[in-house]
Amino acid sequence: MENLLTAEDIAAGVDRLALAITEKNRGQPIALVGIRSRGDEVAERVLTLLSAEDHWELSFGVLDISLYRDDFEHLHENPLLQESDITFPVEGAHIILVDDVLFTGRTIRAALDALSDYGRPAKVELAVLIDRGHREMPIQPDYVGIVLDTRRLDHVLVSLEGTDGKDQVKIVAKPSP
Amino acid sequence: MARKDLLDIAALDREEIDLLLDQSIPFKELFTRSVKKVPALKGKSVLMLFYEASTRTHSSFEVAAKRLSADVTNFDVAHSSITKGESVRETVETLQAMRTDYIIVRHGRSGLPGMIAKQTKASVINAGDGAHAHPTQALLDAFTIKEKFPDPTGRKVLIIGDILHSRVARSTSTILKKLGVDVAYLGPGSLVPRTGPENIRRFTDYKEAMVWQPDIVYLLRVQMERQDVQFFPSLREYHRLYGISDARLEEIRKRGLYLMHPGPVNRGVELCDAVMDYERSLINDQVENGIAVRMAVLYWLKPGSTQE
Repeated sequence: MENLLTAEDIAAGVDRLALAITEKNRGQPIALVGIRSRGDEVAERVLTLLSAEDHWELSFGVLDISLYRDDFEHLHENPLLQESDITFPVEGAHIILVDDVLFTGRTIRAALDALSDYGRPAKVELAVLIDRGHREMPIQPDYVGIVLDTRRLDHVLVSLEGTDGKDQVKIVAKPSP
Repeated sequence: MARKDLLDIAALDREEIDLLLDQSIPFKELFTRSVKKVPALKGKSVLMLFYEASTRTHSSFEVAAKRLSADVTNFDVAHSSITKGESVRETVETLQAMRTDYIIVRHGRSGLPGMIAKQTKASVINAGDGAHAHPTQALLDAFTIKEKFPDPTGRKVLIIGDILHSRVARSTSTILKKLGVDVAYLGPGSLVPRTGPENIRRFTDYKEAMVWQPDIVYLLRVQMERQDVQFFPSLREYHRLYGISDARLEEIRKRGLYLMHPGPVNRGVELCDAVMDYERSLINDQVENGIAVRMAVLYWLKPGSTQE
């Protein structure tokens, strides 16, 4: 197991996300929606950086996508639910979904379905802290913090201060068959 | 570890109860959205097998299953071949052949849902069997109480009415004891059994019970249909002794007590009309919470797992 990314790398990734989002949307009302778990923490950090700008209407929400997964049949137990918390009107909003890692794209597919049950947004974009490739769905990010080169069977383990106590990213390689 | 069936509250440990109550919160949160439905049980089938009349529990389960996107079929017992003498076993074999994933059973005989559970791979949920158990009612009552008292330990709940015939009293007091709630019964001596759970105070006098200083007053329905023998002289007499009259409601309001009732209410028997407008009545909360809790149960159970 190698300790791939440090707290500094992660902070730089969050900075890049905030910068890219600011350049494209400065002054336009946007809503950041973090996907549980850890996407919410990334979204919070980005929000903190964006809040430094004056006169910018920013909304924030948290989405749990457990009920929208497509793999219930393969699970021994259904995943534990957490509350979603979306208090701003989704109807007509410009939403930026935020997650920690983009992999197959299935989580984002589920998040889009979940989001649409709150209303019809004017626009939905995707921001991810880490893009590790290997998509199984036609889903691409609009904002990326860090691009990681991984193999399909690798596990990318993201720890974040608020959720796990420290900032780091590890890759656990599966032995090749 | 997920279970196949939910037959009885007594079988659940504290951890499982806490999990189900916690998991009901995100389901309740869905009710505030414009779309109240989620796709979690898409393609799954739920069969409602009600041998006893029920409007509330039946529709609550039906709404819960539909909000999870399951397909719901009503096995209409009154019009089925059951009335032509088909045994429960034969019915279950038929249902097994239909490959239904969940069976929700209500029956007048205690233990029948458990019997069905042994014969089928489907998850069986007991929606009330005789005077035995009504586990989802217990869960929704506990959930409703926890909304008002997040840590219910040491809180006092007074259950009033026909304890003897009530599966609600049995299941709800079982779950409340597991959560550390102090439970007492109040009712006519003939309807409050001496045997049963330990550490439950028993009152026959309303005033004495109020001196005990409950936080919540839980009224049971007087079940005219379940009594073969007369256990109290008349409904008017029952109302006079144990019903919530205008005067008693005033006292309850002064003390700030919460009121609960599993429904449907017999107005003028367990309670007077004014109770329906009482600001600390949790009766409507119980109805709404019932759907959330039943969604959590359906989501938690795993049909077809090998575990008994």
